[in-house]
Parts: sequence; structure tokens; C-alpha cells
Amino acid sequence: MADAGMVIVGGGKAGARAAIGFRENGYEGMVTLVSNETLLPYDRPPLSKASITGEAEPEPIYLLDEDMMKSLKVNFLHSAAATSIDKTGKTLTLADGKKLTYDRLLIATGAAPRKLSLAGAERALDLRDLSDAIKIRNSFSAGRDIAIIGGGFIGLELAASAARRGCHVTVIEAQPRILMRGVPEEISTIIMAKHEAAGNAILTGTGISHIDASNVALSDGRKIAADIVIAGIGASPRIGLAEQAGLALDNGIACDSGMQTSDPHIFAVGDCCSFPHPVFGNARLRLEAWRNASDQAVIAVENMLGGTRVYEAVPWFWSDQFDLTLQIAGMPGLGTSVIRRPLKDGAFILCHLDAVGRLVGASGIGQGNIIARDVRLLEMLIGKRAKPDSAILSDGGSQLKALLKS
Amino acid sequence: MSQWIEVCGVDDIDEEDVMRFDHKGQTFAIYHSPDHKFYATDGLCTHEKVHLADGLVMDHIIECPKHNGRFDYRNGAAKGAPACVNLKAYPVRVEAGKVMIDLGA
Repeated sequence: MADAGMVIVGGGKAGARAAIGFRENGYEGMVTLVSNETLLPYDRPPLSKASITGEAEPEPIYLLDEDMMKSLKVNFLHSAAATSIDKTGKTLTLADGKKLTYDRLLIATGAAPRKLSLAGAERALDLRDLSDAIKIRNSFSAGRDIAIIGGGFIGLELAASAARRGCHVTVIEAQPRILMRGVPEEISTIIMAKHEAAGNAILTGTGISHIDASNVALSDGRKIAADIVIAGIGASPRIGLAEQAGLALDNGIACDSGMQTSDPHIFAVGDCCSFPHPVFGNARLRLEAWRNASDQAVIAVENMLGGTRVYEAVPWFWSDQFDLTLQIAGMPGLGTSVIRRPLKDGAFILCHLDAVGRLVGASGIGQGNIIARDVRLLEMLIGKRAKPDSAILSDGGSQLKALLKS
Repeated sequence: MSQWIEVCGVDDIDEEDVMRFDHKGQTFAIYHSPDHKFYATDGLCTHEKVHLADGLVMDHIIECPKHNGRFDYRNGAAKGAPACVNLKAYPVRVEAGKVMIDLGA
């Protein structure tokens, strides 16, 4: 096929998966992967966990190494910022002036950590890439006071990692509880207790006034000693390139259900885009999750090669803190009732049903991977829009696989 | 050189299910397929060293509980990203109601 080739902007999980995907689909044209990082694409989930707790300074876990790049014939441009798109000329311009023409363009630019805006905010570290993780890890010396602003996943995973390194940790959350967005209270309570048992202080319903040289000052006047301050207050989709190109935006780059943007030659995937989800009444979602980034890339690649695939994978993500793993599938927030499925060793899964008894979400927590298999099966049931028998859901010894086949 | 060891009874693993088996510091995953056969592979996912026995068996596929890497457990073949490296598979035979695997293979 003689064309200008496929260009991917963004060297994270989604971009790397797409590069692999073009070759899996037998595409023989040019594939160019543009990354603003210095490294080959690497996996980010460890950055808040094993990269921080490991004995040695963390090494990247590559998603695509030199050999794979070579064997897949992917043209990789590192340290390269894409600055503008000429939609008519189907050309991407980089900061160094280089121009790349494309047949189809994939935007996988991810999300950027939100910045605090208050006095002293420049002291706060945030976590996005490996160099951030190395900086944070090296700051977590035993005995130091660490203040983490934001009781979301990044903040809590870093708090768990800091405790393991022997730091004194305080997590400061403005909402009435941690993990307010998307995690049921019963589960967030367990996570909070785990942190407190490890010696981490968690302050909720607490605003921040400012940060000074050695403290985080709370809005109620208290001061939290802080050798190191970390901000984990969410992320914003990186839409600069799309905005410049005049692509439609709607909480990120607005895509259709096949990951196509408002320009038929440009697609977007992962944290930077929003899309309608057919399993949930075409509600427009934007997800910041590892598996979503990968799954959307697979769909986008097929559609960039002329396919008509719809992205309908059920949202799923996990978080590891101490010896606990939390997994959430679907959209628990759409549920109106909950059925508790107890599993061994105190683990459990909350099954979220909507008003007509359809399973719309599953939230589980337990040690290791105890909950994984059942959450996976519940995820499949959510995808099938199933209305499972509540007596089976509440019986932890029952086989959910049978429901899937019925 | 063959090195057959006994793993479990044929009734110890449900059909279309998997069981963890540890032996001399090594960990294995033992499978009972929907067509009533037994298979064995290394127990840890080649992607991030997670115990596959916590994963889901669907037909002849084992799916890692952590990141959904997939393998055909009959031969250990990785079925695509994030699982790119094949699992080692071991010969299995059933004798007098016992599942045996050959660690020497």
C-alpha cells in the first residue's frame, strides 16, 4: 500500500500498543512514533509502586525495546514535541521544524498532572514520567516527613510506597473521604485503615492555605511538617495539539465510538480523549487507565486501516497499596443498589446494579489477586448487559462463569 | 531426562479451571481443559511474574489476573501484548486418577 504512512504522537502505553498493532494487522507502510520523552516507550504503572520501593534506582520496563522497534520497522523519534497539525496537507510539524506527512494520524498524548495554584506550589513534586519517579524515590529517605496533597490513586500509592521506605507520611484530601471519585465508601474505608495501621496519617475534608519552606499550612491553621511535598490532584488531558488543529473537544479530544476525531484522518486514544460508550447508553467518558489506553489503541489501529470497529470494552483498572489490590470494572456510579460478594480471607466484591437489575459495575478489594478472577467475570457480564441472579452474586462460592454461559 | 512427579488427583481441579502447584522452589499452573484434558505450564506470567493460577481459564486460554496477558496453556504460546514471551509448557499424563507432570522435559 503506497501511502504517506501512519504517524503516532505519544510514546506511552497507547502509542506503543498502536505501533505494535499496525504490524499485527499486516500493515506494511511507514509507522512513525513521536515521543516527547527521551526514552523508548515504557510502562508507567510501576512508577508509583515498585519503582519507588525497589532497592535500586528504577530502570524503565520497556513496552517496545530497540530490538522490537527494529523488527516492527517502527521509526521512533524521541525528545520530539509535536507542535502543529496541518489537516489539509495531512502534515505534522515538530518543534525542530521537521515535517511528517501522514495518511492517518493517531494522537495519544495522555494527560498532564494538574498543578497546585497556591503560594509555595513550586515546592510540590508531581509524578508523570520515570524521571519524576526517580526524583520522588530519592527524596523518600527513611525518617523524612512527606506531605502528599490529594487522596486519589497516585497520592495513596505513593503514600504506601513512602511508608515502606520508612517515611512519615501525611495525606491531605479536600473531599470528605479518600477516593471519593469512583470508589465505594466501604472500600475506601478499608484502604484508609490500612494506611493508618502502617503509620500514615490521612486528613480528609481539609483544604490547604499555602506551602512554606518546611510545612504545608492547612486552611484551618494547622501546619503539617513536610520535608517533601507531592501533589496528586488529578490530571488534565493533553489537548494542545488538537486545539491548535481545531479538532472538536469535549473533556479531551472528542472521538466517536471508533476513536475517530472530528477529522476523518485523525484518531485519538487513551487519557487525552473522550468517547461515547455503547454499554452505558453512549455516555461520553474519558478514562485514565492502562488497559483502556491499550484497548483503544487496538480499535483505533483497525479503524485507521479501514475497519469499522467500535470500542466497547468495559472500563477496568486496578490499584496496589501495601498487600491490597483494588480492582474496579464498569461504572459503579451508575448503580442504584449493591450486592456484596464475600470471598476468602476477608476479600469481597461489591456488585453494582442499576434500577432494572442490570449489572453496571464491580468493585473489589483483597490481598494479592484473590478478587481478580471474579472481577474479570463480572466485567464480562457487565459487557453483556447481564441481569444476574442476586442470589448467585451474593454467594462467594458460586461459579460466575456459569452465568456467563447461560 | 524424564522426571515425572505427581501433582494432584484428577478431581482436584474443576473443568475449565487452573490450580497452582509448587515444587522445590518452582511454581507451576496445572489446567483442566473443557475437553477433559490436563496441561501444565510455568506458574508465573512472563510479563510481570504474577501467579497465573489466580487468573481465568476460558476454553484453552489462561488470562493473567493482573494485566490480562493471554496464553494458550496447551503449548504456552503468548497470545499478544502485553504477553509477548511464551510460557514453558510441560508434558502431562494421567495415571490411576493422578495428574503427573514431567519436569525433566
